[in-house]
Amino acid sequence: MQKISRETLIEKAKELLQNGTVSSVLGWKAGEFSYDVTPATFNSVEELEKDFVYNDFCGANFSKYLVKATIKAEGKILVFLKPCDTYSFNQLLTEHRFNREKVYVVGIPCEGMVDVEAIRKAAGEGIVSVECTNDGLVVDTLYNGKVKLAEQDVLLERCKVCKSKKHVAYDELLGDEGEVIESKRFDEVERLEKMTPDERFAFWQRELSRCIRCNACRDICPACTCEQCVFNNPKSGVENKAAANSFEEKMFHIIRAFHVVGRCTDCGECSRVCPQNIPLHLLNRKFIKDIDNFYGEYQAGAEVGSRAPLVNYTTDDIEASDAVRKGDGENA
Amino acid sequence: MQIENKKPLIVAFCCNWCSYAGADLAGNNRLNYPAEVKIIRVPCSCRVNPMFILRAFQRGADGVILCGCHPGDCHYTSGNYYTRRRMALLFSMLDYLGIERDRTRVEWVSAAEGAKFAATMNDFVEKVTALGENKRLEDLRCKK
Repeated sequence: MQKISRETLIEKAKELLQNGTVSSVLGWKAGEFSYDVTPATFNSVEELEKDFVYNDFCGANFSKYLVKATIKAEGKILVFLKPCDTYSFNQLLTEHRFNREKVYVVGIPCEGMVDVEAIRKAAGEGIVSVECTNDGLVVDTLYNGKVKLAEQDVLLERCKVCKSKKHVAYDELLGDEGEVIESKRFDEVERLEKMTPDERFAFWQRELSRCIRCNACRDICPACTCEQCVFNNPKSGVENKAAANSFEEKMFHIIRAFHVVGRCTDCGECSRVCPQNIPLHLLNRKFIKDIDNFYGEYQAGAEVGSRAPLVNYTTDDIEASDAVRKGDGENA
Repeated sequence: MQIENKKPLIVAFCCNWCSYAGADLAGNNRLNYPAEVKIIRVPCSCRVNPMFILRAFQRGADGVILCGCHPGDCHYTSGNYYTRRRMALLFSMLDYLGIERDRTRVEWVSAAEGAKFAATMNDFVEKVTALGENKRLEDLRCKK
């Protein structure tokens, strides 16, 4: 259950719309079911009252939507950002992807968002509705009746290992500014690093072979904002929709992750949207862990204008061969 | 089928200003290095996109080596420093995906180091030969 309610957010949006600060609102709209919440633009108070929702399924990161929304919008856009979204917001500003003047950011606290796939696993298929209450979720299912679940058990992977509750960019806050928190997000990467190469290969073969190349991970990624993407270029030979074999699966995922090295804020959207539940965040986190390990700690988006590790260097950087050894925990 | 005797294919990306000249010097000095090494000249080691390396594996390479100027000696001042960071991360990622780490290498070879070029190539080819055919990053459509 989120600390902040739908009514508080609507009230805030109403106030800003009516006093003319903003002309539209980027928010969440109810989908067909209570759990498929979709991002939407609201232009009037009536629309807000009718469709606006805010619940435990509002995981979507709005930062990337601003790139297109600010081009079209005449006035300012009100956007609600959770702490992890503000990192992507800063990163996009660093890359000059949208005009800061056209955005009004209201920072909202986040208690962690839930994953409908995890609910499906715990409560079974045929979810009719999900109700978020103060002491957990009540899931109404077709086959198992009403099932009660603790929110902690069905959080999104990225929320289980939340790295920061701090808002790094905002015009106004509803709640506290929050703080960066100690996170166990690299534990899974470390577990993989400790495996033998054969085991790792088998693990990734199993995970990546499920890829259907829907490109959802690329489309949602706030760091992937190129207008011309290499995966759209028919001359590149990699634009095929479905991966033809295991090489293409690996190549797509290596290149996708590599293109956001040093710019990935670890917002976890890629894994959230993957229809095949591939743990894509493990690829991005490996890069983040290596960067921290080789070149000093770096959090993309923590501040506007910071220089990403791959467009920077020092004369005594680690050599590639030593890096591979250091990468799996050995001391080079 | 002569799979047992199949020779490895090694792709060497050599920077125009140092390593390519180093390879030339190795030739002038009549130093031997294996014919399996196919050199691709690039304007700077920094020109090498991670996709080039994956693509080389796809098209049948068993090992990929990237040679550039020594750090500090880059013709374009800083190209190889960027290469070093990029390749450190890429190779670490390939290792993470379970691809043999001896199939990739970065080596700094200057225009005066013909002997180092030959020695590096001999050593690299030996290591890759020991690993055998590249199975983990192969594309069957590209096999003859």
